[in-house]
Amino acid sequence: MEFTGFLWFAIISVMLTVYVILDGFDLGAGALHLFLGRTDEERRKIIKSIGPVWDGNEVWLLATGGVLYFVFPQLYASSFSGFYLPLMMVLWLLMLRAIGLEFRTHINDGIWASFCDGIFSVGSLLLAIFYGAALGNVVRGLPLGPDHYFFLPMWTNWNVGAHPGVLDWYTVLSGVVALVALCVHGANYIVCKTDGELNERARTTSLVLTPVLLLLTLVSLGATLAIHPGIVANYNALKIGYLIPVLVFASLIGVFVFQKARKEVLAFVSGALYLAFMLVGAVYSLYPVILPGIDPQYSLTIKNSITESYALQVGLRWWIVGIVIALGYFIFLYRMFRGKIVLENHGGYGD
Amino acid sequence: MDSAVLIHRLHFAFTVTFHYLFPQLTMGLAPLVLALKTIGLWKNDERYNKAARFWAKIFGISFVFGVATGIPMEFQFGTNWSHFSKFAGGVIGQTLAMEGTFAFFLESAFLGLFLYGEKRLSKMAHWWTCFAVFFGSWLSGYFIVATDAWMQHPVAYRMTADGSVTLSSFWGLILNPWALWQYAHNMAGAAVTGAFVMAAVGAYYILSEKYAEQGKIFVKVGVIGGILSSLLVIGPTGDGQGHNLANYQPAALAAMEAHFDTKTADLVILGQPNVEAKTIDNPLVVPKALSFLVSRNWNTQLRGLSSFPESEWPTNISLLYYAYHIMVGLGTIFMLVMLLSGIQLWRNKLHETKWLLWVLMLSVPLPYIANTAGWMTAEIGRQPYLIYGVLRTIDGFSKSVTAANVWFTLLGFLGMYTLLAILFLFLVQREIEHGPDSVDGILPASAHGGAAATGRN
Repeated sequence: MEFTGFLWFAIISVMLTVYVILDGFDLGAGALHLFLGRTDEERRKIIKSIGPVWDGNEVWLLATGGVLYFVFPQLYASSFSGFYLPLMMVLWLLMLRAIGLEFRTHINDGIWASFCDGIFSVGSLLLAIFYGAALGNVVRGLPLGPDHYFFLPMWTNWNVGAHPGVLDWYTVLSGVVALVALCVHGANYIVCKTDGELNERARTTSLVLTPVLLLLTLVSLGATLAIHPGIVANYNALKIGYLIPVLVFASLIGVFVFQKARKEVLAFVSGALYLAFMLVGAVYSLYPVILPGIDPQYSLTIKNSITESYALQVGLRWWIVGIVIALGYFIFLYRMFRGKIVLENHGGYGD
Repeated sequence: MDSAVLIHRLHFAFTVTFHYLFPQLTMGLAPLVLALKTIGLWKNDERYNKAARFWAKIFGISFVFGVATGIPMEFQFGTNWSHFSKFAGGVIGQTLAMEGTFAFFLESAFLGLFLYGEKRLSKMAHWWTCFAVFFGSWLSGYFIVATDAWMQHPVAYRMTADGSVTLSSFWGLILNPWALWQYAHNMAGAAVTGAFVMAAVGAYYILSEKYAEQGKIFVKVGVIGGILSSLLVIGPTGDGQGHNLANYQPAALAAMEAHFDTKTADLVILGQPNVEAKTIDNPLVVPKALSFLVSRNWNTQLRGLSSFPESEWPTNISLLYYAYHIMVGLGTIFMLVMLLSGIQLWRNKLHETKWLLWVLMLSVPLPYIANTAGWMTAEIGRQPYLIYGVLRTIDGFSKSVTAANVWFTLLGFLGMYTLLAILFLFLVQREIEHGPDSVDGILPASAHGGAAATGRN
């Protein structure tokens, strides 16, 4: 059971990381959409660069949620009801973003395109902040009660204390880190998918934002240690963990160096690794806790949240089959779609 | 009833009712589009390919709205029904996770290629993308129905030490006898929607003398699909679903028919249930017919609602009764309209039978009402339980989320979905006005996968 629990913890962490990396670049591209795309043509290129893949990327969120639901029912129940208000806002933003993205080019009209650009971009930007704040909430700890439930208002006094809100100075900081991180990631993606002016502008954006992100990452690391000194316990217990922050900073410097050297794909991969190591770092500090309580005795752990072994074993069998098939689709989809975006003017497709 | 649980229920009821307006069209159109594509490929008939392209656009719009409104459903299990999720997640989480892993990945990968990849793919490859999307949407439907079926008729589980339930048989959950009939019935119902929508647009084109040639194809395929699905929805699937109710939820069946006393049961066509007096006002009935339908014997005594303790009664008998009767009444009308249209089609006279084309055109909201009423019958009939016989609704909602917070988000969804509804009608109306001849008029974002492929070559 011990190993099965660890295995599912690892599976869910990996799925979540894949989600952040994949949906991360289309969220980041969305957040930068209004800024990077100066002309209608450039905006169409940005939309076109993520159009065929964003839905599949977002499915990773649903698939992760589903697996989380059956493996850790108590975690799903506690976290979703506790984060009620921000999750509902996330849902509304996801909807608006999907509408803006998917129907922008349905109607050939400037006003319509501007409206869609707006909801797509603002939706993406706010989602990036919400996701960062959500992770900040988990790291900070939640006011779990003896029944393992909690409910967070959107904000209280903006302080990290016994009665926190979803938003306080620490989680807002996490949100800003996430926004900048996904903007770098999105800019790196657009660099890979475009050429010409748009490519240059995205590259410059990445080069400017990467040092900012480095600074923000340092600040948030300091803030995390300040509000939660106990977070280093796992690192001290297994010292190899100290490699993770090194890798975080190394991959971030990699983004800058590769972008400078015009190694577009390597810069994108470095950015993806930065996101992955940030998440690994958080997960490493939490294990075996999966939802830390401000009062640690009420924390949700793998042990007190996991379902029974038959369900886990049978779930593992179909999960392996399903994920192998899904990876096949993704390889196929991204291969169909490799290379730089070219807008076409034939065949009435309008672009 | 405690007001918090009522508002949590309204929240779910509203969002799921709105959501299901879209999947019923996509699932219903999927086999029809596949049929159009197959005929086009087989007979090398460009008219059918053109029809398939037109309906793929309607399908695509509906699909996006289905995805956008579907995500809140999975979330709400956790946000609004956390005690239910904690209790039952170990079982129903399986089917929900399988939907994401097996169906959503499939659909998301092939939808863009199907909708916009026709010029880049070979004819056969494009047919396969159509099949993949069809298969994905019907597979998705199965996992959702299996989840609901487990709540209607819980099987393959056992209690755990902490008072929750956990899965005890994977195949027992997947092959729940309730799920098999409910799925067949539900998909037949979705196919009725798809068929009526296709026939209605066809009738509109013929009556308005726009794109009449395509309109005739739409009417033909819609009517043939409509005959098959409207018959299937009654028998064997509706009958099978009725037997499930008689076997596993007899109190719900009695309430649906407002059958209060244990005796031979009449089939009520019209009338208003009078719950206080335990009778039906202004009844119009077929004597003993319900007894026959349930047991194939006209004289069987059917257990009345009064023989069940009131704590087991569905909480809203009148609404349940009406939902059920609206579904059955409309289902009967669908069969009659489609059979009549089929006869005229057979005689090659449908296109001149203007009044029947008007009926087909104006019927378009009715299958949506019938499908909604059908789901209301299932879910109101399940009350007062969330998991029938196992967990009561009052014990399942998120006690940490106050009624005021749920009101806030319900109002938010009301606003958001009003916007989405207007947008959907606007986009679909545009496609219908542009007609099947202007197949190249749009370029949704997903289009560009295929476009990029060409750019590369």
